[in-house]
Amino acid sequence: MSSPRFAIGIDLGTTHCALARIPLDGVAAHSEVIEIDQLVTSTELERQPLLASFLYLPPEAEQPLGLPWDAERGFAVGSHARARAAETPGRVVASAKSWLCHPTADRRSGLLPLEATDGVERISPVEASWRYLEHLIEAHDARVESEGPRLAACPVVLTVPASFDASARELTVEAATAAGIEDLILLEEPQAALYAWLEQAGDGFRSQLAPGDVVLVIDVGGGTCDFSAIAVTGEDNALGLERIAVGDHILLGGDNMDLALAHFVKQRLAAEGTELDAWQMAALVHGARVAKERLFNDPTLASAPIVIPRRGSKLVGGAIRTELGKDDLRTVVLDGFFPEVGAEARPAVRARTALTRFGLPYASDAGITRHLAAFLGRQAAALGGSGKLLHPTCVLFNGGVMKSELVRERVRATLDRWLEVDGAAPARILHGADLDLAVARGAACFGRVREGHGIRIRGGTAQAHYVGVEGAAPAVPGIEPPLTLVCVAPFGMQEGASIDIDAELAVVVGERVSFRFFGSSVRRHDEASAALERHPSDEIAELPQVEVVLPAEGRAEGEVVPVRLRATVTEIGTLLVEAVPLAPKKPDERWKVELSVREG
Amino acid sequence: MSDAQPGFLARLVLAITTFVRVLFDAAFAARVQRLNAAAGGSSADAPAPQAAPVNTALVNTEPAKAEPASAEPAKAEPASAEPASAEPASAEPAKAEPDPAAALALLALFQREGRFVDFLQQDVASFPDADVGAAARVVHEGCRKALRAHATITPLRSEAEESRVTLEEGYDAAAVKLTGKVGPRPPYRGVLRHAGWRVAGLRLPRAVGGYDAEIVAPAEVEL
Repeated sequence: MSSPRFAIGIDLGTTHCALARIPLDGVAAHSEVIEIDQLVTSTELERQPLLASFLYLPPEAEQPLGLPWDAERGFAVGSHARARAAETPGRVVASAKSWLCHPTADRRSGLLPLEATDGVERISPVEASWRYLEHLIEAHDARVESEGPRLAACPVVLTVPASFDASARELTVEAATAAGIEDLILLEEPQAALYAWLEQAGDGFRSQLAPGDVVLVIDVGGGTCDFSAIAVTGEDNALGLERIAVGDHILLGGDNMDLALAHFVKQRLAAEGTELDAWQMAALVHGARVAKERLFNDPTLASAPIVIPRRGSKLVGGAIRTELGKDDLRTVVLDGFFPEVGAEARPAVRARTALTRFGLPYASDAGITRHLAAFLGRQAAALGGSGKLLHPTCVLFNGGVMKSELVRERVRATLDRWLEVDGAAPARILHGADLDLAVARGAACFGRVREGHGIRIRGGTAQAHYVGVEGAAPAVPGIEPPLTLVCVAPFGMQEGASIDIDAELAVVVGERVSFRFFGSSVRRHDEASAALERHPSDEIAELPQVEVVLPAEGRAEGEVVPVRLRATVTEIGTLLVEAVPLAPKKPDERWKVELSVREG
Repeated sequence: MSDAQPGFLARLVLAITTFVRVLFDAAFAARVQRLNAAAGGSSADAPAPQAAPVNTALVNTEPAKAEPASAEPAKAEPASAEPASAEPASAEPAKAEPDPAAALALLALFQREGRFVDFLQQDVASFPDADVGAAARVVHEGCRKALRAHATITPLRSEAEESRVTLEEGYDAAAVKLTGKVGPRPPYRGVLRHAGWRVAGLRLPRAVGGYDAEIVAPAEVEL
């Protein structure tokens, strides 16, 4: 008998990673979460279901931070790194994933930790992601040893936010390749959550989903929130699933809530005359999180205590005592992050000041329900409906924040009110699996689905992509030349599809040139090669500018070469744009325009 | 009523004193170990001793070579593999010196998560209850989380406390402590005052690199 085959699912999260596998053979198979060995102190190892997405770069005296599979390792990933993040932020990389889709940073350069003092090593967001994946692979291989194949021999499904743009997807692939993953495919996280739900529901899912249903996946994790709508299509005996819309990338999650609670308590303490230093603040964030979870888990509690202990070896006496009331929690978390707004509400857009500190583009409006209203409003026409918003019939919650019954109830009630006003029936709740591990499990399940076991969610590209072409116009000071957007990849382009763009373009070879790319998650009907003279900014957003040097290869540097563009959605799930010269100098000549390349 | 359930602080003190005695009183530790081991896989009611004697050599996973002293067949430990919990299932009283490394690892864990050693090392007599209580919350919250993550603790008896129980001939004397007027022989009828605890699995961190078990809390220097 041949050795068993497995598919691997990896949830590469902003704050946590998880890994699951599933047998590929056999009629029935269930996903299994592989727990990850990781350092919990500099010299102690534990096996935990989640791997914290933190990377600690220790001073030389603390090296090596040995692992069973590498005694000489010079850094730590996981629990120990997370614990160090509060103690020495300048030595710990956090939220690397959010940096992968930063609009202006060079994500291949040593940026992180942002707070590192001069002379301390920094690594790139891509390298951090690579290190997390490397750790997962090594821990997996050390763990399964003889009971299964090594990870590199398995097909790997790696999840990304549905809202990840083309270049962030490509950088994720780059990190995975560096970590040694060969057989790779990307999957959007909300889809993975639905696959996990389908696995858990088993054959019973047909009694819960029927043609015409629209599942709204609301995924609120530690650092981001992500919305997707998936429609149930087909007939009763041949159901299909189609991802019809994805939301914008919103850097807003559970960590923001813990911070908000801590600041709320800090202000109250300050009003009472108690000031906190940085260490005490870190202790307060921890205390606020524990109090939040306690209050969320036990609806009968009116308040939960928070104690900020003394720092030295004397624990008793001198502690700062306070408490978090249920009303505080309602004010800060429910009303602050999930306000009961109308369907017409939209997130506030804060005008950027000219001087901003270099950092992550956090959402400027913390109201997740406002972001949700904006998503449903923008996608009202996704199914051709005539309402003011897209009408989901079911809701699937995912992510750690959604573990709270109070939060789920607030979102459900708010959504139902919108639907009622818009003349639609209330949405049903699909009860999901473990909200921390569903994405990894679902990713593994997708590995089985690809081999023909179960229903595959169709969707294709979540955005239409455009390239900006400057028109030839006499230079006028202060006025930008007119920009025409040519659609290079229409909405919903399927994996493996390739399209030649029917437009006369020219590129300069041998010199640094820039490309401007644009994306739209709402323009579903622009066909390939469509040229847009007008491009409203609320429908089309500019992606990070790409700067490349296309090789001259026998032509004069600076020569203007007429080309045709070709767009391909790769099997992995990334978008590939190539410039094909009309008069090639060698057979099959073409230049790849990497969407992830940009000026730092 | 003298047997009322102890309050939180009283339980904390009991837990701490028991813990400390286990650490530093080998004889006491051996008794606790016997208690744990003897409770074995048997459920609520202690089984009669006629059960087929289990091959103890198979059951004993203890690395130390304690001689197979007691041939008592009462502790019918299921030989089935318990996944990933390599806790000592030995019924032998530990003859060798206990390995302090595991105890130190547990102490370090409780200190890290709940400032446990800080709490015990400080003389709290002069502090008001409010201060002790505030500190106890830190200790309780952290150590409870650590305990839940690292050990599986279940009651020894499934009956409700304060309910009436009967102990038949051959009951497990290590798992049940008799108090009050103890007659000449079973059956004993009485009230279950404390359901007992059994640690069914203990998963401690594994040491790697330059691990020094004696350092349960490093000094901290802020730069």
